[in-house]
Amino acid sequence: MIRAAEPTERAAVVTVAPQATRPLPAQARRRSRLRRIAEHWPQYAAISPFFTVFLVFGLAPVIFSLYLAFHEWDGLGSMHYVGLEQFRRLADDPLFWQSLRNTLVIWAMSTVPTLAIALVLASLINSAKRLTSFYRVAVFVPNITSIVAMAILFGALFSTNFGLVNALLHSLGLGRVHWLTSPWGMKVVIASLITWQWTGYNAIIYLAGLQAIPTELYEAAKVDGAGPIRSFFSITVPLLRPVILFTVVVSTVTGMQTFTEPQVLFDAQLPPNMGGSGQGGLTMVLYFYHQTFDNNRYGYGAAIAWSVFLVVIVFVLINWRLLARGERAAGR
Amino acid sequence: MTRRGVRGLLLHAVLVAAVAISVFPLFWMLVLASNTTSAIYQVPPKLTFGSHLLSNLRRVFDTIDIIGSLVNTVIVAVCTTALVLFLDSLAAFTFAKFEFPGRRLLFGALLGIFMLPVQLSLIPQFVIMVHLGWVGDLRALIVPAAANAFGIFWMRQYISSAVPDELLDAARIDGCGFFRQYRSIALPIIRPGLAFLGIYTFIVAWNDYVWPLIVLVNPDRLTLQVSLAQLNTTHNTDYSLVITGSLIAVAPLLAVFLLFARYFVNDALKGALRG
Repeated sequence: MIRAAEPTERAAVVTVAPQATRPLPAQARRRSRLRRIAEHWPQYAAISPFFTVFLVFGLAPVIFSLYLAFHEWDGLGSMHYVGLEQFRRLADDPLFWQSLRNTLVIWAMSTVPTLAIALVLASLINSAKRLTSFYRVAVFVPNITSIVAMAILFGALFSTNFGLVNALLHSLGLGRVHWLTSPWGMKVVIASLITWQWTGYNAIIYLAGLQAIPTELYEAAKVDGAGPIRSFFSITVPLLRPVILFTVVVSTVTGMQTFTEPQVLFDAQLPPNMGGSGQGGLTMVLYFYHQTFDNNRYGYGAAIAWSVFLVVIVFVLINWRLLARGERAAGR
Repeated sequence: MTRRGVRGLLLHAVLVAAVAISVFPLFWMLVLASNTTSAIYQVPPKLTFGSHLLSNLRRVFDTIDIIGSLVNTVIVAVCTTALVLFLDSLAAFTFAKFEFPGRRLLFGALLGIFMLPVQLSLIPQFVIMVHLGWVGDLRALIVPAAANAFGIFWMRQYISSAVPDELLDAARIDGCGFFRQYRSIALPIIRPGLAFLGIYTFIVAWNDYVWPLIVLVNPDRLTLQVSLAQLNTTHNTDYSLVITGSLIAVAPLLAVFLLFARYFVNDALKGALRG
């Protein structure tokens, strides 16, 4: 490694010569600009692999999928331009609207408990003095497990005849619930799986935010006679607002794209997989997958994908506005 | 006991309960994987380990090519991680420490990539793979994953604060070129950041499902997640079999995570907050 010596003297030498102050003729300016670009060839070389891969597998596909959404294509034959026909069909497609409703319901049923429990969990871990590293690691474990494996396990957990959940209900004298075949049961299973996987992750993020809150604030509140619950709502929640906003946005983006859970849970039921019986577990992205890769309707699939994108943007904006307004109200 | 002591006890009781809920499904996974399916079908359900783990593993081996899938998954996860670490740290180093024409524009484009949802590019990516002849090939998973915008963004933040400018200036005086500065100065300093990004990338690649499900059409060449999902579709009611398969998909990753755990959790929150 190179020694770092006399930083001031050396820094002076490296400083780039100040730019010429008098205006250059246009041609000379262009030439100097080209030379500046040429001088930085190692920098361009360093970032070019990323941008090349991105152009080919990231940007080009997105542009192509916009093009596809205005065409009819089965993936093999020729494409036909149909204008807005795919979107018109989508607006009249009851299954699409059902998938939108299902997605929103599952999103609400998972995000609200996930973030609420995570916030409480984070402030509990934050106030614990011992074992904090252990708690952090342990609650983070669900987030690294594979969704496929856990969807299979949750399918067993909620199985009608042999699952633990129904056994528990039975021992409490309650009846069995058909979790995997009733419209609400399916949503509960998916939402509880998402909640289990993401609560610890969000708690860890909140913890980082909590550690930035000065402890003096809590001590001052205690002196003023505020209990732990009062300081949670008067100090913790308002000061964590930016972090909460971040987690809400992330949960919205991922929640609107729920796919793997229903795809794995209901794939063994009657094919093709359209979210189980009565399409109770049909999410938007599962419907996209079904129309595109089961039915080979690539144009229609692209139209669904763009609609999902639109829904994501709309909901991120709504959540943003709601939280920002809350912030202004709290600031007053 | 003092009031404070009671409160502390209560706090830890709640936290231990949270830990129990976090790990209970994994415990139950082991219970199911070590019992026979008929033992699982008992009422009330079993909650203790059985002695059939080895025979269940054998049944998984006999039913699907789990070793092949495991090898494929390791290949994909290792190659993706290596590519991402190299390309992302190099690009992040460039964005963090060098001024060059178009830098802000290019970095802005990179941030815009975050916004694009995956499913928008799934169909065209599949079409591209058809043209490249990569459908069913592991390259179809590895190459697109190399463009990891999150990695560059996170790494740039990390390098900005971890690598001192003075050190780079000194190296420049001593005649170090750009790539030499990256290799001899930046790389040794950012090793902890690389470790975090590496584990993170490895976990995501290991668990990836949607894209492999679409592009791996060859039944002899699947990743763990895809072959596990297929096993579940065909043998859905044979719990001990499918859950043992799930165990194989979860356990190695869990071991990797626990090995680096404390450090991963600490760095994850820094990156998450900055991101």
